[in-house]
Amino acid sequence: MYDLIIFLVLMTLGYGFGRVAENRHYKSIIERETDLNRIPAIVMRFPPASLKPQNTELVMGSVVISIDYFKRIVAGLRGLVGGRMKSYETLLDRARREAILRMKEQADDMGANMVFNIKMETASISKGRKNRIGSVEVLAYGTAIIPAPMSKTGD
Amino acid sequence: MLLTNLEIVPGRAVSQHLGLVQGNSVRAKHVGRDIMAGLKNIFGGELRGYTELLQESREEAIERMTQQAEAAGANAVLNVRFSTSSVTQGAAELYAYGTAVILD
Repeated sequence: MYDLIIFLVLMTLGYGFGRVAENRHYKSIIERETDLNRIPAIVMRFPPASLKPQNTELVMGSVVISIDYFKRIVAGLRGLVGGRMKSYETLLDRARREAILRMKEQADDMGANMVFNIKMETASISKGRKNRIGSVEVLAYGTAIIPAPMSKTGD
Repeated sequence: MLLTNLEIVPGRAVSQHLGLVQGNSVRAKHVGRDIMAGLKNIFGGELRGYTELLQESREEAIERMTQQAEAAGANAVLNVRFSTSSVTQGAAELYAYGTAVILD
């Protein structure tokens, strides 16, 4: 009986706080994305040959983000019948976008005007525990191209 | 020391390849952080303690890689890659590797 009550309380807490946290996170992600659109993140191995000699710097951003209790249970049920796991989709989506934003923020601080060769790394860090995959770590890294001070007037 | 994950550096030529350099770091999370993370597992959201922990250990891995490159006499590491693996429960290995080169 107590177990059931605890379970229901956790479900409600997870649903309430999880939803608020997710909405708030998405709002902040969209806000910052519009702001940082001026630094394109390019998934290309080589910068164009026309690019003049410039400074380059390795930039990265990472985030560890956890799913809430409610969604974990819902995903568990989904695991029985199969199909899309929306709760994990939004989790990974938020993590990726946040990691890219942090990387871009780092690049912005260095005065970069683009980031090349973006690579993404995802790792589930609480694997093997009895509550299965609860949190993921996403790392985004790339090379920031920083225009030399002389050419600054040129762009 | 110039670190980049591009295979070339715009406008500079590679004069000598010195081979693979690598650095790793295995870190365990501590109990305090684990309790906080346990709470966050109910409410959802970012686990800041873990983010910082992994960030720190990744920097250490980079540091070790850089030291190795310095010892080899390189002035740049190209094509840097990162990888994460969980070795045992509660610990993660952060690994950084790249190619040490001498740029003109």
